[in-house]
Amino acid sequence: MTKYIGKSVKRLEDKRFITGQGKYTDDIKLNNMAYAYILRSPYANAKVNSIDTDAAKAMDGVAAVFTGADVPESIAGVPCGWQVNFKNGDTMKEPPHPLMVRTKVRHVGDAIAIVIADSKAIAKDASELINVDYDILDAVTDPKAAAQPGAPLVHEDVPNNICFDWEIGNPKDEVEAALASAAHVTELEFVNQRVVPNAIEPRSAIGEYDTAYDRYTLHTSTQNPHLTRLLLCAFVLGLPEHKVRVVGPDVGGGFGSKIFHYTEEALVVYFSKIVGRPIKWTAERSESFLTDAHGRDHVSHAKMGFDADGKMVALQAYTYANMGAYLSTFAPAVPTYLHGTLFQGLYTTPKINVDVTATFTHTNAVDAYRGAGRPEATYLIERLIDLAALEMNMDPAELRMKNFIPAFDGVEKEGYVTQVALQYDSGNYEPVLNRALEMIGYEDFRAKQAAQNNGKLLGIGFSTYIEACGIAPSAVVGALGARAGLFESAQVTVQPTGKVSVYTGSHSHGQGHETTFAQVVADKLGIDIGDIEIIHGDSDRVAFGMGTYGSRSLAVGGSAIVKSIDKVLEKGAKIAAHLLEASPDDLNYEDGKWTVKGTDKSVGFGDVSLTSYVPHNYPEGLEPGLDFSSFYDPTNFTYPFGAHVAIVEIDKETGKVELKRFIAVDDVGNVINPMIVDGQIHGGLAQGIGQALHEGTVYDETGQLINGTYMDYCMPRADDLPSFEIDRTVTPCPHNPLGVKGAGEAGCIGSTPAVVNAVIDALWKAGHKVKDIQMPMTSERVWNAMNAG
Amino acid sequence: MANKISITVNGKMHTAEVEARTLLVDFIREHLSLTGTHIGCDTSSCGACTIHMDGKAIKSCTVLAVQADGSELTTVEGLSKNGELHPMQEGFREEHGLQCGFCTPGMMMAATDLLKRNPSPSEHEIREALEGNFCRCTGYHNIVKSIQYAAGKMNGATA
Ligand code: FES
Ligand code: FES
Repeated sequence: MTKYIGKSVKRLEDKRFITGQGKYTDDIKLNNMAYAYILRSPYANAKVNSIDTDAAKAMDGVAAVFTGADVPESIAGVPCGWQVNFKNGDTMKEPPHPLMVRTKVRHVGDAIAIVIADSKAIAKDASELINVDYDILDAVTDPKAAAQPGAPLVHEDVPNNICFDWEIGNPKDEVEAALASAAHVTELEFVNQRVVPNAIEPRSAIGEYDTAYDRYTLHTSTQNPHLTRLLLCAFVLGLPEHKVRVVGPDVGGGFGSKIFHYTEEALVVYFSKIVGRPIKWTAERSESFLTDAHGRDHVSHAKMGFDADGKMVALQAYTYANMGAYLSTFAPAVPTYLHGTLFQGLYTTPKINVDVTATFTHTNAVDAYRGAGRPEATYLIERLIDLAALEMNMDPAELRMKNFIPAFDGVEKEGYVTQVALQYDSGNYEPVLNRALEMIGYEDFRAKQAAQNNGKLLGIGFSTYIEACGIAPSAVVGALGARAGLFESAQVTVQPTGKVSVYTGSHSHGQGHETTFAQVVADKLGIDIGDIEIIHGDSDRVAFGMGTYGSRSLAVGGSAIVKSIDKVLEKGAKIAAHLLEASPDDLNYEDGKWTVKGTDKSVGFGDVSLTSYVPHNYPEGLEPGLDFSSFYDPTNFTYPFGAHVAIVEIDKETGKVELKRFIAVDDVGNVINPMIVDGQIHGGLAQGIGQALHEGTVYDETGQLINGTYMDYCMPRADDLPSFEIDRTVTPCPHNPLGVKGAGEAGCIGSTPAVVNAVIDALWKAGHKVKDIQMPMTSERVWNAMNAG
Repeated sequence: MANKISITVNGKMHTAEVEARTLLVDFIREHLSLTGTHIGCDTSSCGACTIHMDGKAIKSCTVLAVQADGSELTTVEGLSKNGELHPMQEGFREEHGLQCGFCTPGMMMAATDLLKRNPSPSEHEIREALEGNFCRCTGYHNIVKSIQYAAGKMNGATA
């Protein structure tokens, strides 16, 4: 039955990409199209006294120049899609995020004016003629500093810049009591630094207004066309949703940064009608650095307590989370429900409390970046446990084994209820770590480490992580503050000839849905994969969708497809039974045909689909056609997990860290296409390792992002990384029809702490008992750590 | 201020008037509508715009269109011949060397140039040769394998 599922089917979408025929937003050229350039604030905090656009408007080839004053007051700005309440029950502070500033800029990159011209060069030239009079004010960029009395305010009506405070888990006094009586407490203060998602395709948007049909089209590099449409129509511009089409064509990577609804999308749509021409805006890379929502940026303080046997007894974490100057679409969810709820990790810790304070700063917005909250939680837990092992002189792998939650499959043995509001679906944690130890050759490793004698320090770091994916049960996330449902939809249209068009609300921007989804459909229907087309990313073709993020496409979107296929087969069986003069219950469906059990009488899928559209000889009372839509709302999150191990060498002279090996054993449930899952893991690893060793924003005290280009921000390159050694175990998800859990974020969640732990291990084993090295662990930082005191 | 240039792209001669400041990548994308060559940065760092100019890989965002006057260019659209994929294209598909596909044209153009200079590169040499090409999706693991696949295939074909 499974001709395709579980096989590394080569990707069906590759042909257009390898021949240069991919169609990304910036590749689209419309008739009479104009080009936009957005003039942005060079200051982080300033009063805008005046903006003079006369000279720019007068330039040849300029169609129009608009500022915040040209956006009607009724358009307040882009909304936030997730509400978190203060501990005292008050709703979070949610100042407006206007499309362009009116009186005050709040971060470098805030939009001052949009110039629309015949070419992007003219638009940019004209922008240089705009005169802005600013009063420059003090800025604050650090999330903890922002909350201190006297810090410069980002929004006048938000005291102490605090967006909300929040906690989850057991009462603090219980956690503190458990820590007080613990045999050992490991304590760590650290910064999980801000990173930039850096999809290689810069964001781009084209707004178009069609007078004949009174209709707008927005082409945009988004992970989430339908949600963008909903927000744009209902919350920003007040347009009727049926009069707006949003297309996310080929999209060159997202990693979270293209989930959100951005101001530029609203600007090009709104002004396309006023200017009477389609308007294209494409970010330059330095503009992406200033305006694509960033990731991470937590300042944390945590304590983990152990009894004399090394059993964890309590975990307390305090985190300041940076929101940036404005709330991006899902920003409040990231440090709370995607972070605080993950502190159980893989361990049986009986007392946990997580306390989060989210603050505004004069920086670009922070929102979900690959992993979104889960990497930050994993980083904290896994750093603490490795450090605890060093402090207690225990083996870090053994210490983890000792604390693992015992195996449960979610069927025979029910899901594990955590101290932080979740119920894990299924898990079996020892095998991933055992497999990783085997791959490393751990038995010999410590001896080798002790004997190492080549001028380099050898270190090993572990990270055993869990994540919550398959986002998400709508009622649950609704109760937690989401202002959207997080189901998925799918329509399966069987054409009269038996070819199948599948319309999915998931969105592929590199994940390979056109292949993976087709594999599922081909096997379920027993037809050739070439007879299936997967259609996504266009609100005129796909009725509704919630897009792709949170490793949800297959677990949620795939399940919606399976639901529609089940309906196709159920109706198909009725038609087949009629044709075969049998009862539907007496039929078997296999290899694309219905057969009367125990006979050789059968009818094929194509005959049934044709009959459904040419219903001459047809079951009485049955509707013609073979076309079903479904919505699938998951009953729980899915919980992939894994063990990541980094082996590093540190040059004693220079402090340079070389990543020698990286081993990842992940369990993402059932796997449809191993090649694609491996690729997802590889990509995630590179990003997680990138954060540990290379990446990180640097804001100066005036709020300038001083490494906002590829010359200054260190992207991981091919020769920074080794080939990865990966394997997996399979613990199926018990609550979705495919048994899948999601693989998009795993690599990025587990890898970062493994690398840092390896460096710390190398230093301890050489007698340098440092607790932390700030990421990215540059040679300078490591050298300083080795040579301190 | 317009400058007249003649450039052969993928075997076809184009004559056009361009501004002195027009970048070659803009000429290729905007004037010739060959959008397989991408723009990923403004600092000549990412390599998404890599093409061949007179047989050598260059970053087309770093060359002015007027500087390319009289030269022969190959872009990703010119990589396959007579409907047959180039071994490098085949390698990227076989070894899953692409995800979103945005870096891919530039990667393949850089990699074909490498194999011209060094037909059997080691993994280390491949990784070094890709220093100027960023990929955010693949972690480079399968890009290395794709290039090894192409090298194997091309060496097999000439052996
Ligand atoms: S666009 Fe040419 S190197 Fe980035
Ligand atoms: S495949 Fe997406 S950037 Fe390389």
